[in-house]
Amino acid sequence: MNDDDGRNSIALIVFSGDMDKIFAALTIATGAAASGMKVSMFFTFWGLKLLQEKGSKRGKNDFLRRLFNVMVKPGPDKRPISRMNMGGAGAAMMKKIMKKSKLPSLAEMLTTAKSLNVKFTACSTSMNVMGIPKESLIPEVDSVAGVASFLAVAQESGTTLFI
Amino acid sequence: MKTDATIDCLGLYCPMPIIKTAEKITELAGGETLEVVSDDEGIVDDMPNWCKMTGHEFLGIETSEDEYRAYVRKKT
Repeated sequence: MNDDDGRNSIALIVFSGDMDKIFAALTIATGAAASGMKVSMFFTFWGLKLLQEKGSKRGKNDFLRRLFNVMVKPGPDKRPISRMNMGGAGAAMMKKIMKKSKLPSLAEMLTTAKSLNVKFTACSTSMNVMGIPKESLIPEVDSVAGVASFLAVAQESGTTLFI
Repeated sequence: MKTDATIDCLGLYCPMPIIKTAEKITELAGGETLEVVSDDEGIVDDMPNWCKMTGHEFLGIETSEDEYRAYVRKKT
C-alpha cells in the first residue's frame, strides 16, 4: 500500500468522548493532514458520540441502550471535559476560554479535518454496545469497520495513537 | 522580503496557521514565495518543520513586536 515506510501515515484511535481529548486528536489529525500526511481516525466507544447526529432515531434499541443514549448526549457541542467537568460547568468554562482565544469548536475542526481528507471510520462493535445505529452517524463518516481494518491501516502507519 | 502572496494568521493558534499555509500554497506556482503573518510563537518551530515534511523551502522568519513573518518558497 505505502511506498514509503509509513512515516507519512498516521492512525488515531479516538476512544474518548471528552472535548479536550477530542480537540487534541483533531489538532494532531488536521496538523498532520496539512503537513501532507495520510490520516485515519477510528472512533470507538465514547468517541462515537462525536459522530452521532442529534435527534436521530435510535433504531431497534432496547431499554439499556436507550438509557445510554439519554444519559450521554451526542454531537460535538455536548462533549464533557475529562477532568473537573462538574456537571457541564467545566466544559462550558473551557469552551468560553477557547472562544475567547479564537480557537475553533469541535464541529469546525471536524469540517476542517474532512476538507483535508482525514478518513473517519466508526467501530462496528462499540456502535452496537453504545446503541448507535449506522443511520444515526453523521455523513462525514467514511465507513463502519472492525479491528482488522484498523490493524491493516495501523500496520501501514508509522504513527499510531490511542486517545 | 517581497513575496508573491501573503496570508494573515493573526489571532489564530496552532494548527490554523499551518492549515492556512497548506491551503494557500496550492494556489501558488512552483518557485513562488508566501509570507505568513502570525502572532503565535509556535510558528517559529512549526513552519520549518512543516516545510521539512512537505518539501517546500523554508526561507526564514522575521520577528518584530508581537508579530512573526514566516517565508516559504513553494517547491517546483
